[in-house]
Amino acid sequence: MSEVKTVATRVGFGAALTELGAERDDFIVMDADLAAATQTGVFKKAFPERFYNCGIAEQNMVSIAAGIAATGKRVVCSSFAMFAAGRAFEQIRNSVGYPHLNVIIGATHAGISVGEDGATHQCNEDIALMRTIPGMTIINPADAVEAKLAVKAAMNHDGPVYMRFGRLAVPVVFDEDYKFEIGKGVELCEGNDVTIIATGLMVKEALEAHDLLKAEGINARIINMATIKPLDSEIVLKAAKETGAIVTAEEHSIIGGLGSAVCEALSEKYPVPVVKLGVNDEFGHSGPAVKLLDEFGLRAVNIVEKAKKAISLKK
Amino acid sequence: MESAIKKELQISAQKARISIIEGVHAAKAGHPGGSLSCVDILTYLYFKEMNIDPENPQMENRDRFVLSKGHAAPALYGVLVERGFFEKAHIKTLRQIGSILQGHPDMKKIPGVDMSTGSLGQGISAAVGMALSSKHFGSGFNVYTVLGDGEIEEGQVWEAAMFAGNKCLSNLTAFVDYNNLQIDGSVEEVNSPAPIDKKFEAFGWYTITIDGHDFDQIEAALAEAKTVNKPVCIIAKTVKGKGVSYMENAVNWHGAAPNDELAAKALEELNAKLKELEA
Repeated sequence: MSEVKTVATRVGFGAALTELGAERDDFIVMDADLAAATQTGVFKKAFPERFYNCGIAEQNMVSIAAGIAATGKRVVCSSFAMFAAGRAFEQIRNSVGYPHLNVIIGATHAGISVGEDGATHQCNEDIALMRTIPGMTIINPADAVEAKLAVKAAMNHDGPVYMRFGRLAVPVVFDEDYKFEIGKGVELCEGNDVTIIATGLMVKEALEAHDLLKAEGINARIINMATIKPLDSEIVLKAAKETGAIVTAEEHSIIGGLGSAVCEALSEKYPVPVVKLGVNDEFGHSGPAVKLLDEFGLRAVNIVEKAKKAISLKK
Repeated sequence: MESAIKKELQISAQKARISIIEGVHAAKAGHPGGSLSCVDILTYLYFKEMNIDPENPQMENRDRFVLSKGHAAPALYGVLVERGFFEKAHIKTLRQIGSILQGHPDMKKIPGVDMSTGSLGQGISAAVGMALSSKHFGSGFNVYTVLGDGEIEEGQVWEAAMFAGNKCLSNLTAFVDYNNLQIDGSVEEVNSPAPIDKKFEAFGWYTITIDGHDFDQIEAALAEAKTVNKPVCIIAKTVKGKGVSYMENAVNWHGAAPNDELAAKALEELNAKLKELEA
């Protein structure tokens, strides 16, 4: 088996900013003393005069970003998901979301795969928090290729965008000719027995689950849902109608994330069984990321199990 | 300042005070005390200081104003009416369904409002962002903000102050409306931010302390601010409820609307003073 290339989505974020920096000079990048980790440091190195470090003050950074955007300029501010979506939630809601300003929040080190830093840094709640803000766009790329394309799309988007990136190097799923569009889910595998809707690093796991299920004679449709808000309800509804059962897979709490969004989209229009795979209602703990993903059940084998359960729940 | 100009400012501020009472009374809710304390500062900024155009509220390189103490919205609305940003008829729709005049300033609904505020501590950071944008992109505009003395108990204010000081944002001027009262009592009693000047100075700001109801002192402070290569904090000593006898220095008028009888009394006092100024 050939070696699979692995790159963290945050690396795609930093690379996209740097490429954008060469193309246009109408935006500022900010960080809160985590530039080396979030990868805004790559942009800083290329364009030091266009980078501002706010120090360890995420709330101030987000409201400063709002002020910059209010003058008609573009701005990217970055920190770990825990401190962006968590600590600065109210600044994002009131200073950025309410006036619907063009601020990109680059939130890295999201999810359980932060690993060794432990529960205080493993943000499994950010998608839930951000989904409650009217007009917020939420993008959770599956790999570094998609991350890069998503950042570029966000830079031309009208309104605030919350972008979720991971610390862990994850397999590259997409070719360089992959097309990304905000708000569009992408069907990666055809199948009519069950649909697996995955986001972030769970997309790769879903593709593996597809093969495992196939070996057992089950044809699973795989959808990559990078944009969680606004949700591509059309592709969800179509999957519900054509496959009759859905599994959602995300490296996020099962409360309020992709699984909830899919349930909300279907419950009034076309209810079918939806089985959610994610981090259960509990905090994480320290450990190597790959071991935590095993322990918290965020693997292809777990998706397979949920897929069988979803199929069994079909009427 | 020439006495004729000063009189014009006093008249405009007096009319804005009338709008504050009319609006809050019609809404049966709002914050008259802290609006009356900062309205002279806002009047000076909008009539004498800022490069703005009521005919073109989105003028690209206009000076920016952020009402960080967003609950003093009635003062901002009163001044924007006098300056011609929108019709006086809106004032009595304050806080009503369908009104452009939200309970707190809304940049998407109200001509002349540069930033949506209301959650304390965030406005000064937004003002810092605007000042940074102006410097970074070479836009050349200045940024003004008004903070409450209670508001500066918010930690975010000091995050913003630290950043502005470190970045030497000399195009930023922050007023602290030092009326000494917040909703739960006197600021000393609740959680004193004093000494305010020493704190801002420690964060790299230049400070000037003035009487916030004296247009000569406001003018002199803003002129002095332009000579300094630092962000400037003007600590404006004010009287909460200024101009309405029973509201002056009375904490219970922080966030309460006068009933019909008391509103009539307030308007009688304010109109009598206006008549005197116009005579």
